[in-house]
Amino acid sequence: MVQIKAGTKLFSAVCDTQIMVLRVPSDDLDVTCGGLPMQAEEAEEKSAMTGEAGEGSLVGKRYVDEEETMEFLCTRGGEGNISVNGVALEVKQAKRLPSSD
Amino acid sequence: MNIHLILQMAADSMPDREAVICGSQRLTYQDLADAVNSLANSLDDTKKLAYLAETGTSAPVAMFAAALRGIPYVPINYRLADDQITALLKRVSPALLISEDTPEIDGISSMTPAQVFEAGTPWEGFAPDEEGGIAIELFTSGTTGDPKSAILRHDNLMAYILGTIEFMSAEETQSTLVSVPPYHIAGISAILSSVYAGRRMVQLPNFSPEAWLDLAKRENVSQAFLVPTMLQRIIEHVTSNNETLDLPAMQAIAYGGGKMPHAVIEQAMALLPQVNFTNAYGLTETSSTICLLDPDDHRDAFQSDDPAIRARLYSVGRPLPAVEVEIRDDDNAVCGAGEAGYVFVRGEQVSGEYHGSGSLLDAEGWFPTRDRGYLDDAGYLFLDGRADDVIVRGGENISPGEIEDVLIDMPDIKDVAAIAVADDEWGEAVGVVIVPADMTAPPEIEAIKAHVKEQLRSSRVPTQVKFVEELPYNETGKLLRRVLRDGFTT
Repeated sequence: MVQIKAGTKLFSAVCDTQIMVLRVPSDDLDVTCGGLPMQAEEAEEKSAMTGEAGEGSLVGKRYVDEEETMEFLCTRGGEGNISVNGVALEVKQAKRLPSSD
Repeated sequence: MNIHLILQMAADSMPDREAVICGSQRLTYQDLADAVNSLANSLDDTKKLAYLAETGTSAPVAMFAAALRGIPYVPINYRLADDQITALLKRVSPALLISEDTPEIDGISSMTPAQVFEAGTPWEGFAPDEEGGIAIELFTSGTTGDPKSAILRHDNLMAYILGTIEFMSAEETQSTLVSVPPYHIAGISAILSSVYAGRRMVQLPNFSPEAWLDLAKRENVSQAFLVPTMLQRIIEHVTSNNETLDLPAMQAIAYGGGKMPHAVIEQAMALLPQVNFTNAYGLTETSSTICLLDPDDHRDAFQSDDPAIRARLYSVGRPLPAVEVEIRDDDNAVCGAGEAGYVFVRGEQVSGEYHGSGSLLDAEGWFPTRDRGYLDDAGYLFLDGRADDVIVRGGENISPGEIEDVLIDMPDIKDVAAIAVADDEWGEAVGVVIVPADMTAPPEIEAIKAHVKEQLRSSRVPTQVKFVEELPYNETGKLLRRVLRDGFTT
Protein backbone atom coordinates (compact mmCIF):
# COMPACT_ATOMS: atom_id res chain seq x y z
CA MET A 1 0.00 0.00 0.00
CA VAL A 2 1.33 3.44 -0.92
CA GLN A 3 1.07 6.38 1.46
CA ILE A 4 -0.95 8.90 -0.56
CA LYS A 5 -1.82 12.58 -0.23
CA ALA A 6 -2.98 15.33 -2.56
CA GLY A 7 -0.54 15.61 -5.47
CA THR A 8 0.62 11.96 -5.32
CA LYS A 9 0.90 10.27 -8.74
CA LEU A 10 -0.12 6.63 -9.02
CA PHE A 11 0.56 4.20 -11.84
CA SER A 12 -1.40 1.15 -12.83
CA ALA A 13 0.40 -2.20 -12.65
CA VAL A 14 -1.74 -3.63 -15.46
CA CYS A 15 -2.28 -0.85 -18.04
CA ASP A 16 -1.39 2.73 -19.07
CA THR A 17 -3.60 4.32 -16.42
CA GLN A 18 -2.07 7.14 -14.37
CA ILE A 19 -3.93 9.13 -11.76
CA MET A 20 -3.20 12.07 -9.54
CA VAL A 21 -4.65 12.41 -6.06
CA LEU A 22 -6.73 15.59 -5.68
CA ARG A 23 -8.03 14.89 -2.19
CA VAL A 24 -8.27 11.87 0.09
CA PRO A 25 -9.42 11.21 3.66
CA SER A 26 -6.68 10.46 6.18
CA ASP A 27 -7.60 6.74 6.38
CA ASP A 28 -5.42 4.09 4.74
CA LEU A 29 -6.62 3.47 1.21
CA ASP A 30 -6.11 0.47 -1.02
CA VAL A 31 -6.14 2.01 -4.52
CA THR A 32 -6.24 -0.59 -7.28
CA CYS A 33 -6.44 -0.57 -11.06
CA GLY A 34 -7.51 -3.66 -12.98
CA GLY A 35 -7.46 -5.60 -9.72
CA LEU A 36 -3.85 -4.85 -8.64
CA PRO A 37 -2.57 -2.11 -6.28
CA MET A 38 -1.49 1.12 -7.99
CA GLN A 39 2.16 2.04 -7.58
CA ALA A 40 4.26 5.15 -7.01
CA GLU A 41 6.49 4.31 -9.98
CA GLU A 42 5.67 3.09 -13.45
CA ALA A 43 6.45 -0.65 -13.73
CA GLU A 44 8.60 -1.64 -16.69
CA GLU A 45 6.49 -4.69 -17.35
CA LYS A 46 2.78 -4.71 -16.77
CA SER A 47 1.02 -7.59 -15.05
CA ALA A 48 -2.12 -9.30 -16.31
CA MET A 49 -5.40 -7.74 -15.27
CA THR A 50 -7.33 -9.59 -12.59
CA GLY A 51 -11.02 -9.29 -12.02
CA GLU A 52 -13.70 -8.33 -14.49
CA ALA A 53 -13.06 -6.15 -17.48
CA GLY A 54 -14.90 -2.83 -17.37
CA GLU A 55 -14.93 0.51 -19.11
CA GLY A 56 -11.38 1.32 -18.08
CA SER A 57 -10.20 4.78 -17.09
CA LEU A 58 -10.56 7.95 -19.19
CA VAL A 59 -8.00 10.71 -19.33
CA GLY A 60 -9.17 14.04 -17.91
CA LYS A 61 -12.04 12.53 -15.92
CA ARG A 62 -12.31 13.02 -12.20
CA TYR A 63 -13.00 9.83 -10.19
CA VAL A 64 -14.81 9.92 -6.85
CA ASP A 65 -16.30 7.50 -4.36
CA GLU A 66 -20.04 7.54 -3.78
CA GLU A 67 -19.87 10.03 -0.88
CA GLU A 68 -17.23 12.12 -2.68
CA THR A 69 -14.82 11.87 0.26
CA MET A 70 -11.97 11.38 -2.21
CA GLU A 71 -11.16 12.58 -5.70
CA PHE A 72 -8.59 11.54 -8.30
CA LEU A 73 -7.73 13.04 -11.70
CA CYS A 74 -7.00 10.54 -14.45
CA THR A 75 -3.91 11.94 -16.20
CA ARG A 76 -3.57 9.02 -18.62
CA GLY A 77 -6.29 6.55 -19.56
CA GLY A 78 -6.08 2.75 -19.75
CA GLU A 79 -8.11 -0.46 -19.77
CA GLY A 80 -8.13 -1.03 -16.02
CA ASN A 81 -10.92 0.15 -13.73
CA ILE A 82 -9.95 2.18 -10.68
CA SER A 83 -11.19 1.04 -7.27
CA VAL A 84 -10.58 2.00 -3.68
CA ASN A 85 -10.87 -0.62 -0.92
CA GLY A 86 -12.55 -2.93 -3.40
CA VAL A 87 -15.25 -0.48 -4.52
CA ALA A 88 -15.15 0.90 -8.08
CA LEU A 89 -14.88 4.69 -8.32
CA GLU A 90 -17.33 6.72 -10.42
CA VAL A 91 -16.76 9.51 -12.91
CA LYS A 92 -17.59 12.82 -11.27
CA GLN A 93 -20.24 14.73 -13.18
CA ALA A 94 -18.84 17.93 -14.60
CA LYS A 95 -20.20 21.30 -13.61
CA ARG A 96 -21.04 23.21 -16.75
CA LEU A 97 -19.30 26.54 -16.83
CA PRO A 98 -19.07 28.91 -19.74
CA SER A 99 -15.59 29.46 -21.07
CA SER A 100 -14.17 32.67 -19.68
CA ASP A 101 -10.84 32.62 -21.39
CA MET B 1 0.50 19.74 -8.79
CA ASN B 2 2.69 21.20 -11.53
CA ILE B 3 0.96 23.12 -14.37
CA HIS B 4 3.18 21.22 -16.82
CA LEU B 5 0.73 18.34 -16.31
CA ILE B 6 -1.75 20.30 -18.45
CA LEU B 7 0.53 20.19 -21.48
CA GLN B 8 1.57 16.61 -20.82
CA MET B 9 -2.06 15.42 -20.80
CA ALA B 10 -2.84 17.42 -23.95
CA ALA B 11 0.21 16.12 -25.83
CA ASP B 12 -0.53 12.53 -24.71
CA SER B 13 -4.21 12.63 -25.64
CA MET B 14 -4.34 14.83 -28.76
CA PRO B 15 -0.78 15.08 -30.14
CA ASP B 16 -1.87 16.01 -33.68
CA ARG B 17 -4.47 18.61 -32.78
CA GLU B 18 -3.47 22.22 -33.49
CA ALA B 19 -2.52 23.98 -30.26
CA VAL B 20 -1.48 27.47 -31.23
CA ILE B 21 -1.30 29.68 -34.31
CA CYS B 22 0.51 32.98 -34.68
CA GLY B 23 1.05 34.52 -38.09
CA SER B 24 2.40 31.76 -40.31
CA GLN B 25 3.48 29.60 -37.37
CA ARG B 26 1.25 26.66 -36.44
CA LEU B 27 2.05 24.19 -33.67
CA THR B 28 0.29 20.99 -32.62
CA TYR B 29 0.27 19.87 -28.99
CA GLN B 30 3.12 17.50 -29.83
CA ASP B 31 5.12 20.36 -31.45
CA LEU B 32 4.47 22.45 -28.36
CA ALA B 33 5.62 19.66 -26.03
CA ASP B 34 8.76 19.07 -28.15
CA ALA B 35 9.67 22.77 -28.09
CA VAL B 36 9.08 22.84 -24.32
CA ASN B 37 11.36 19.83 -23.74
CA SER B 38 14.09 21.35 -25.84
CA LEU B 39 13.92 24.80 -24.22
CA ALA B 40 13.77 23.19 -20.76
CA ASN B 41 17.12 21.59 -21.44
CA SER B 42 18.80 24.97 -21.88
CA LEU B 43 17.34 26.44 -18.67
CA ASP B 44 19.13 26.71 -15.37
CA ASP B 45 17.47 25.62 -12.10
CA THR B 46 18.93 28.59 -10.24
CA LYS B 47 17.57 31.26 -12.60
CA LYS B 48 14.09 32.46 -13.42
CA LEU B 49 12.76 32.56 -16.98
CA ALA B 50 11.67 36.08 -17.98
CA TYR B 51 9.68 36.92 -21.11
CA LEU B 52 9.79 40.42 -22.57
CA ALA B 53 8.15 40.23 -25.99
CA GLU B 54 4.83 40.42 -27.78
CA THR B 55 2.50 37.49 -27.53
CA GLY B 56 3.61 34.66 -29.78
CA THR B 57 4.02 30.90 -29.87
CA SER B 58 7.17 31.27 -27.76
CA ALA B 59 5.07 32.46 -24.79
CA PRO B 60 3.31 29.14 -24.05
CA VAL B 61 6.58 27.29 -24.75
CA ALA B 62 8.40 29.47 -22.20
CA MET B 63 5.68 29.12 -19.57
CA PHE B 64 5.55 25.31 -19.70
CA ALA B 65 9.35 24.94 -20.00
CA ALA B 66 9.85 26.97 -16.83
CA ALA B 67 7.25 24.76 -15.10
CA LEU B 68 9.01 21.61 -16.31
CA ARG B 69 12.24 22.81 -14.68
CA GLY B 70 10.48 24.09 -11.56
CA ILE B 71 11.55 27.72 -12.02
CA PRO B 72 9.28 30.79 -12.00
CA TYR B 73 8.10 32.21 -15.33
CA VAL B 74 8.11 36.02 -15.28
CA PRO B 75 6.42 37.77 -18.23
CA ILE B 76 7.13 41.50 -18.30
CA ASN B 77 5.26 44.37 -19.95
CA TYR B 78 7.30 45.22 -23.05
CA ARG B 79 5.37 48.48 -23.48
CA LEU B 80 6.92 50.06 -20.38
CA ALA B 81 9.59 52.74 -20.68
CA ASP B 82 13.20 51.51 -20.83
CA ASP B 83 14.10 52.65 -17.31
CA GLN B 84 11.03 50.89 -15.89
CA ILE B 85 11.94 47.67 -17.72
CA THR B 86 15.51 47.89 -16.43
CA ALA B 87 14.24 48.33 -12.87
CA LEU B 88 11.98 45.26 -13.19
CA LEU B 89 14.73 43.13 -14.76
CA LYS B 90 17.04 44.00 -11.88
CA ARG B 91 14.38 42.65 -9.52
CA VAL B 92 14.05 39.44 -11.56
CA SER B 93 17.82 38.77 -11.90
CA PRO B 94 19.35 36.18 -12.09
CA ALA B 95 17.30 35.08 -15.07
CA LEU B 96 17.32 33.93 -18.66
CA LEU B 97 15.42 36.50 -20.71
CA ILE B 98 13.44 35.84 -23.89
CA SER B 99 13.49 39.12 -25.80
CA GLU B 100 14.39 40.72 -29.11
CA ASP B 101 16.70 43.04 -27.14
CA THR B 102 19.81 42.11 -25.17
CA PRO B 103 19.84 44.43 -22.16
CA GLU B 104 23.10 44.55 -20.25
CA ILE B 105 22.05 43.84 -16.70
CA ASP B 106 23.95 41.84 -14.11
CA GLY B 107 22.72 38.24 -14.00
CA ILE B 108 20.54 38.51 -17.13
CA SER B 109 21.41 36.48 -20.22
CA SER B 110 19.07 36.56 -23.20
CA MET B 111 17.78 34.67 -26.22
CA THR B 112 15.31 35.74 -28.93
CA PRO B 113 11.76 34.34 -29.27
CA ALA B 114 12.89 32.65 -32.52
CA GLN B 115 15.78 30.93 -30.72
CA VAL B 116 13.22 29.27 -28.44
CA PHE B 117 12.43 26.99 -31.39
CA GLU B 118 16.00 25.99 -32.21
CA ALA B 119 15.90 22.24 -31.72
CA GLY B 120 18.13 20.91 -28.98
CA THR B 121 18.47 17.84 -26.84
CA PRO B 122 15.20 17.28 -25.02
CA TRP B 123 15.05 17.52 -21.22
CA GLU B 124 14.49 14.02 -19.86
CA GLY B 125 13.45 14.84 -16.30
CA PHE B 126 9.96 15.04 -14.82
CA ALA B 127 8.25 18.23 -13.75
CA PRO B 128 8.96 18.68 -10.03
CA ASP B 129 5.98 18.54 -7.72
CA GLU B 130 7.18 20.22 -4.57
CA GLU B 131 4.56 21.66 -2.28
CA GLY B 132 4.14 25.41 -2.72
CA GLY B 133 6.26 25.62 -5.86
CA ILE B 134 6.06 28.98 -7.67
CA ALA B 135 4.79 28.81 -11.26
CA ILE B 136 4.50 32.45 -12.23
CA GLU B 137 5.48 35.87 -10.96
CA LEU B 138 3.45 38.71 -12.45
CA PHE B 139 4.07 42.37 -11.92
CA THR B 140 0.84 44.21 -11.15
CA SER B 141 0.17 47.18 -13.39
CA GLY B 142 1.23 49.64 -10.69
CA THR B 143 -1.44 52.23 -11.43
CA THR B 144 -1.11 53.47 -7.84
CA GLY B 145 2.59 53.01 -7.17
CA ASP B 146 5.58 50.76 -7.91
CA PRO B 147 4.56 47.47 -9.56
CA LYS B 148 4.23 44.65 -7.03
CA SER B 149 5.43 41.16 -7.94
CA ALA B 150 2.48 38.82 -7.35
CA ILE B 151 3.29 35.16 -6.72
CA LEU B 152 1.14 32.47 -8.32
CA ARG B 153 1.87 28.95 -7.16
CA HIS B 154 1.25 25.80 -9.19
CA ASP B 155 -1.47 24.84 -6.72
CA ASN B 156 -3.34 28.15 -7.22
CA LEU B 157 -3.37 27.85 -11.00
CA MET B 158 -4.22 24.13 -11.05
CA ALA B 159 -7.10 24.71 -8.62
CA TYR B 160 -8.45 27.31 -11.03
CA ILE B 161 -8.10 25.12 -14.14
CA LEU B 162 -9.46 21.94 -12.56
CA GLY B 163 -12.32 23.91 -11.02
CA THR B 164 -13.43 25.56 -14.26
CA ILE B 165 -12.41 23.53 -17.32
CA GLU B 166 -13.21 19.99 -18.42
CA PHE B 167 -10.25 18.29 -20.06
CA MET B 168 -10.53 18.11 -23.88
CA SER B 169 -14.00 19.61 -23.74
CA ALA B 170 -13.46 21.73 -26.87
CA GLU B 171 -14.45 20.50 -30.31
CA GLU B 172 -11.54 20.07 -32.69
CA THR B 173 -13.01 22.83 -34.88
CA GLN B 174 -13.09 25.40 -32.08
CA SER B 175 -10.53 28.10 -31.60
CA THR B 176 -10.08 31.09 -29.34
CA LEU B 177 -8.67 34.46 -30.33
CA VAL B 178 -6.12 35.65 -27.77
CA SER B 179 -5.47 39.38 -28.02
CA VAL B 180 -4.59 40.07 -24.38
CA PRO B 181 -0.87 40.56 -23.75
CA PRO B 182 1.29 37.72 -22.37
CA TYR B 183 2.11 39.60 -19.15
CA HIS B 184 -1.58 39.99 -18.22
CA ILE B 185 -3.22 37.35 -16.00
CA ALA B 186 -5.87 36.87 -18.71
CA GLY B 187 -3.06 36.01 -21.14
CA ILE B 188 -1.73 33.40 -18.71
CA SER B 189 -5.10 31.82 -18.01
CA ALA B 190 -5.93 31.81 -21.74
CA ILE B 191 -2.95 29.50 -22.34
CA LEU B 192 -3.73 27.19 -19.42
CA SER B 193 -7.45 26.86 -20.16
CA SER B 194 -7.09 26.53 -23.93
CA VAL B 195 -4.49 23.77 -23.66
CA TYR B 196 -6.51 21.88 -21.03
CA ALA B 197 -9.72 22.21 -23.06
CA GLY B 198 -7.91 21.29 -26.30
CA ARG B 199 -9.01 24.54 -27.90
CA ARG B 200 -6.74 26.00 -30.58
CA MET B 201 -5.31 29.40 -29.64
CA VAL B 202 -5.13 32.02 -32.37
CA GLN B 203 -2.74 34.71 -31.14
CA LEU B 204 -2.99 38.36 -32.15
CA PRO B 205 0.14 40.23 -31.04
CA ASN B 206 -0.99 43.80 -31.73
CA PHE B 207 -4.67 44.49 -31.29
CA SER B 208 -6.54 46.70 -33.70
CA PRO B 209 -10.23 46.31 -34.57
CA GLU B 210 -9.35 45.63 -38.23
CA ALA B 211 -6.73 42.98 -37.41
CA TRP B 212 -9.02 41.31 -34.87
CA LEU B 213 -11.99 41.12 -37.26
CA ASP B 214 -9.78 39.94 -40.10
CA LEU B 215 -8.19 37.16 -38.04
CA ALA B 216 -11.51 36.09 -36.52
CA LYS B 217 -12.95 35.57 -40.01
CA ARG B 218 -9.84 34.04 -41.57
CA GLU B 219 -9.38 31.42 -38.84
CA ASN B 220 -13.11 30.80 -38.21
CA VAL B 221 -12.62 31.75 -34.60
CA SER B 222 -15.37 30.47 -32.28
CA GLN B 223 -14.33 32.06 -28.97
CA ALA B 224 -12.63 35.23 -27.84
CA PHE B 225 -11.62 37.11 -24.74
CA LEU B 226 -11.57 40.89 -24.84
CA VAL B 227 -10.95 43.69 -22.41
CA PRO B 228 -13.86 46.20 -22.59
CA THR B 229 -11.84 48.80 -24.52
CA MET B 230 -11.19 46.27 -27.27
CA LEU B 231 -14.87 45.37 -27.61
CA GLN B 232 -15.71 49.07 -27.64
CA ARG B 233 -13.19 49.74 -30.41
CA ILE B 234 -14.48 46.83 -32.50
CA ILE B 235 -18.05 48.12 -32.25
CA GLU B 236 -17.01 51.71 -32.99
CA HIS B 237 -15.06 50.52 -36.01
CA VAL B 238 -17.98 48.53 -37.38
CA THR B 239 -20.63 51.18 -36.78
CA SER B 240 -18.54 54.12 -38.02
CA ASN B 241 -17.81 52.27 -41.28
CA ASN B 242 -21.43 51.15 -41.66
CA GLU B 243 -20.23 47.58 -41.74
CA THR B 244 -22.11 44.67 -40.26
CA LEU B 245 -20.48 42.59 -37.55
CA ASP B 246 -20.22 39.48 -39.67
CA LEU B 247 -18.74 36.70 -37.52
CA PRO B 248 -20.66 33.53 -38.45
CA ALA B 249 -18.30 31.16 -36.60
CA MET B 250 -18.20 33.16 -33.36
CA GLN B 251 -20.01 31.33 -30.53
CA ALA B 252 -18.81 33.00 -27.37
CA ILE B 253 -17.12 36.19 -26.26
CA ALA B 254 -15.85 36.63 -22.72
CA TYR B 255 -14.80 39.99 -21.38
CA GLY B 256 -13.11 41.31 -18.27
CA GLY B 257 -10.12 43.20 -16.96
CA GLY B 258 -11.93 46.48 -16.49
CA LYS B 259 -15.31 48.12 -16.23
CA MET B 260 -17.59 47.45 -19.20
CA PRO B 261 -19.55 50.55 -20.27
CA HIS B 262 -23.29 49.76 -20.24
CA ALA B 263 -23.83 50.99 -23.79
CA VAL B 264 -21.04 48.78 -25.15
CA ILE B 265 -22.34 45.46 -23.84
CA GLU B 266 -25.90 46.36 -24.89
CA GLN B 267 -24.74 47.23 -28.41
CA ALA B 268 -22.61 44.09 -28.61
CA MET B 269 -25.53 41.87 -27.61
CA ALA B 270 -27.78 43.56 -30.16
CA LEU B 271 -25.18 43.26 -32.95
CA LEU B 272 -24.26 39.63 -32.17
CA PRO B 273 -27.47 37.94 -31.00
CA GLN B 274 -26.09 34.42 -31.63
CA VAL B 275 -23.02 34.99 -29.44
CA ASN B 276 -22.86 33.89 -25.80
CA PHE B 277 -21.43 36.68 -23.69
CA THR B 278 -19.66 36.03 -20.39
CA ASN B 279 -18.33 38.64 -18.00
CA ALA B 280 -15.32 37.31 -16.10
CA TYR B 281 -14.15 39.19 -13.03
CA GLY B 282 -10.82 38.38 -11.48
CA LEU B 283 -7.49 39.72 -10.36
CA THR B 284 -3.86 38.78 -10.89
CA GLU B 285 -3.73 37.71 -7.23
CA THR B 286 -6.70 35.34 -7.67
CA SER B 287 -5.30 33.37 -10.65
CA SER B 288 -7.79 35.22 -12.88
CA THR B 289 -11.57 34.65 -12.86
CA ILE B 290 -13.44 34.45 -9.55
CA CYS B 291 -16.93 35.55 -10.66
CA LEU B 292 -18.88 34.96 -13.86
CA LEU B 293 -21.94 36.56 -15.39
CA ASP B 294 -22.86 33.75 -17.76
CA PRO B 295 -24.69 33.88 -21.12
CA ASP B 296 -28.08 33.03 -19.56
CA ASP B 297 -27.61 35.79 -16.99
CA HIS B 298 -26.86 38.19 -19.86
CA ARG B 299 -30.00 37.22 -21.81
CA ASP B 300 -32.27 37.17 -18.75
CA ALA B 301 -31.07 40.62 -17.73
CA PHE B 302 -31.20 42.02 -21.26
CA GLN B 303 -34.81 40.93 -21.74
CA SER B 304 -36.13 41.71 -18.27
CA ASP B 305 -38.47 44.58 -17.36
CA ASP B 306 -37.66 44.09 -13.69
CA PRO B 307 -35.06 46.78 -12.88
CA ALA B 308 -33.32 44.54 -10.30
CA ILE B 309 -32.81 41.78 -12.87
CA ARG B 310 -32.04 44.20 -15.68
CA ALA B 311 -29.30 45.75 -13.51
CA ARG B 312 -27.48 42.40 -13.35
CA LEU B 313 -26.20 43.03 -16.86
CA TYR B 314 -23.87 45.52 -15.17
CA SER B 315 -22.83 43.13 -12.41
CA VAL B 316 -19.88 40.73 -12.61
CA GLY B 317 -22.12 37.77 -11.86
CA ARG B 318 -21.75 35.14 -9.18
CA PRO B 319 -18.68 33.45 -7.64
CA LEU B 320 -17.30 30.27 -9.20
CA PRO B 321 -18.38 27.10 -7.33
CA ALA B 322 -14.99 26.81 -5.57
CA VAL B 323 -14.77 30.50 -4.65
CA GLU B 324 -16.40 32.42 -1.79
CA VAL B 325 -17.03 36.16 -1.87
CA GLU B 326 -17.83 38.34 1.14
CA ILE B 327 -18.44 42.07 1.49
CA ARG B 328 -17.13 43.77 4.63
CA ASP B 329 -17.58 47.28 6.01
CA ASP B 330 -14.97 49.69 7.43
CA ASP B 331 -15.04 47.78 10.75
CA ASN B 332 -14.46 44.44 9.01
CA ALA B 333 -18.04 43.27 9.74
CA VAL B 334 -19.80 41.25 7.01
CA CYS B 335 -22.35 43.32 5.06
CA GLY B 336 -25.85 42.18 4.16
CA ALA B 337 -27.32 42.05 0.65
CA GLY B 338 -27.29 45.45 -1.02
CA GLU B 339 -24.80 46.97 1.45
CA ALA B 340 -21.64 48.26 -0.19
CA GLY B 341 -18.23 47.61 1.28
CA TYR B 342 -14.90 45.95 0.50
CA VAL B 343 -14.81 42.76 -1.58
CA PHE B 344 -13.06 39.79 0.09
CA VAL B 345 -12.46 36.48 -1.64
CA ARG B 346 -11.40 33.00 -0.54
CA GLY B 347 -10.53 29.78 -2.40
CA GLU B 348 -7.64 27.56 -3.40
CA GLN B 349 -6.94 29.61 -6.52
CA VAL B 350 -6.44 32.77 -4.45
CA SER B 351 -2.76 33.50 -3.87
CA GLY B 352 -2.91 37.01 -2.40
CA GLU B 353 0.85 37.00 -2.04
CA TYR B 354 3.66 39.31 -3.17
CA HIS B 355 7.43 39.31 -3.09
CA GLY B 356 8.53 41.56 -0.26
CA SER B 357 5.19 42.06 1.46
CA GLY B 358 4.25 38.38 1.87
CA SER B 359 0.72 37.01 2.10
CA LEU B 360 -2.23 39.37 2.47
CA LEU B 361 -4.61 36.56 3.41
CA ASP B 362 -6.18 36.85 6.87
CA ALA B 363 -6.23 34.00 9.41
CA GLU B 364 -9.31 32.47 7.73
CA GLY B 365 -7.79 32.66 4.25
CA TRP B 366 -9.71 35.73 3.01
CA PHE B 367 -7.99 38.06 0.56
CA PRO B 368 -8.86 41.77 0.49
CA THR B 369 -9.20 42.60 -3.22
CA ARG B 370 -9.27 46.38 -2.51
CA ASP B 371 -12.28 46.50 -4.83
CA ARG B 372 -15.49 47.96 -3.47
CA GLY B 373 -18.90 46.52 -4.22
CA TYR B 374 -22.03 44.79 -2.98
CA LEU B 375 -23.91 41.53 -3.48
CA ASP B 376 -27.59 41.65 -4.42
CA ASP B 377 -30.11 39.31 -2.78
CA ALA B 378 -29.43 36.59 -5.37
CA GLY B 379 -25.64 36.78 -4.85
CA TYR B 380 -24.70 38.82 -7.94
CA LEU B 381 -21.64 40.97 -7.32
CA PHE B 382 -21.76 44.63 -8.33
CA LEU B 383 -18.44 46.44 -8.36
CA ASP B 384 -18.04 50.00 -7.33
CA GLY B 385 -14.42 50.94 -8.06
CA ARG B 386 -11.19 50.52 -6.14
CA ALA B 387 -10.97 51.30 -2.45
CA ASP B 388 -8.06 53.64 -3.24
CA ASP B 389 -10.25 55.66 -5.61
CA VAL B 390 -12.99 56.43 -3.11
CA ILE B 391 -13.59 60.14 -2.60
CA VAL B 392 -13.82 60.91 1.09
CA ARG B 393 -15.82 64.14 1.41
CA GLY B 394 -16.08 65.24 5.01
CA GLY B 395 -16.09 61.62 6.24
CA GLU B 396 -18.61 60.48 3.64
CA ASN B 397 -17.39 57.81 1.20
CA ILE B 398 -18.29 58.60 -2.40
CA SER B 399 -17.67 56.10 -5.16
CA PRO B 400 -16.45 57.64 -8.42
CA GLY B 401 -18.51 55.02 -10.26
CA GLU B 402 -21.90 56.36 -9.20
CA ILE B 403 -21.05 59.82 -10.49
CA GLU B 404 -19.55 58.47 -13.72
CA ASP B 405 -22.63 56.28 -14.36
CA VAL B 406 -24.92 59.30 -14.08
CA LEU B 407 -22.81 61.61 -16.24
CA ILE B 408 -22.14 59.14 -19.05
CA ASP B 409 -25.91 59.17 -19.68
CA MET B 410 -25.74 62.82 -20.72
CA PRO B 411 -25.86 62.87 -24.53
CA ASP B 412 -22.99 65.35 -25.02
CA ILE B 413 -20.56 63.39 -22.80
CA LYS B 414 -18.47 60.67 -24.44
CA ASP B 415 -16.32 59.57 -21.50
CA VAL B 416 -15.95 60.69 -17.91
CA ALA B 417 -13.90 60.03 -14.79
CA ALA B 418 -14.60 61.24 -11.26
CA ILE B 419 -11.70 61.67 -8.85
CA ALA B 420 -10.94 63.20 -5.46
CA VAL B 421 -9.75 66.80 -5.53
CA ALA B 422 -8.49 68.83 -2.59
CA ASP B 423 -11.15 70.92 -0.91
CA ASP B 424 -10.63 73.51 1.86
CA GLU B 425 -13.96 72.86 3.51
CA TRP B 426 -14.43 69.07 3.13
CA GLY B 427 -10.85 67.78 2.80
CA GLU B 428 -11.77 66.11 -0.45
CA ALA B 429 -14.47 66.84 -2.97
CA VAL B 430 -15.55 65.54 -6.35
CA GLY B 431 -13.64 66.51 -9.48
CA VAL B 432 -14.74 65.31 -12.90
CA VAL B 433 -12.75 65.02 -16.10
CA ILE B 434 -15.01 64.93 -19.13
CA VAL B 435 -14.46 63.98 -22.75
CA PRO B 436 -17.20 65.90 -24.58
CA ALA B 437 -18.80 64.36 -27.66
CA ASP B 438 -17.85 67.59 -29.41
CA MET B 439 -14.77 69.32 -27.99
CA THR B 440 -15.76 72.62 -29.59
CA ALA B 441 -19.13 72.58 -27.83
CA PRO B 442 -18.69 71.01 -24.38
CA PRO B 443 -21.74 70.74 -22.12
CA GLU B 444 -22.53 73.65 -19.75
CA ILE B 445 -20.85 73.20 -16.37
CA GLU B 446 -24.05 74.28 -14.62
CA ALA B 447 -25.99 71.63 -16.54
CA ILE B 448 -23.50 68.98 -15.42
CA LYS B 449 -23.82 70.03 -11.78
CA ALA B 450 -27.60 70.17 -11.99
CA HIS B 451 -27.74 66.71 -13.55
CA VAL B 452 -25.65 65.15 -10.75
CA LYS B 453 -27.65 66.96 -8.06
CA GLU B 454 -30.92 65.81 -9.56
CA GLN B 455 -29.88 62.17 -10.11
CA LEU B 456 -27.85 61.75 -6.90
CA ARG B 457 -27.51 64.44 -4.24
CA SER B 458 -25.67 67.65 -3.54
CA SER B 459 -22.61 66.04 -1.90
CA ARG B 460 -21.92 64.36 -5.25
CA VAL B 461 -21.92 67.58 -7.24
CA PRO B 462 -18.46 68.22 -8.68
CA THR B 463 -16.62 71.30 -7.48
CA GLN B 464 -14.19 71.11 -10.37
CA VAL B 465 -14.90 70.21 -13.99
CA LYS B 466 -12.28 69.76 -16.68
CA PHE B 467 -12.68 68.99 -20.38
CA VAL B 468 -10.10 66.86 -22.18
CA GLU B 469 -9.72 65.23 -25.62
CA GLU B 470 -9.34 61.77 -24.09
CA LEU B 471 -8.81 60.01 -20.75
CA PRO B 472 -5.53 58.24 -19.97
CA TYR B 473 -5.95 54.45 -20.18
CA ASN B 474 -3.24 51.82 -20.12
CA GLU B 475 -3.08 49.25 -22.94
CA THR B 476 -5.55 46.89 -21.29
CA GLY B 477 -8.08 49.63 -20.72
CA LYS B 478 -7.37 50.43 -17.09
CA LEU B 479 -8.06 54.10 -16.33
CA LEU B 480 -4.96 55.77 -14.89
CA ARG B 481 -6.65 57.81 -12.16
CA ARG B 482 -3.30 58.76 -10.67
CA VAL B 483 -2.48 60.70 -13.85
CA LEU B 484 -5.81 62.53 -13.58
CA ARG B 485 -5.23 63.37 -9.91
CA ASP B 486 -1.76 64.70 -10.70
CA GLY B 487 -3.32 66.86 -13.39
CA PHE B 488 -5.58 68.54 -10.84
CA THR B 489 -2.90 69.43 -8.30
CA THR B 490 -0.89 71.57 -10.73
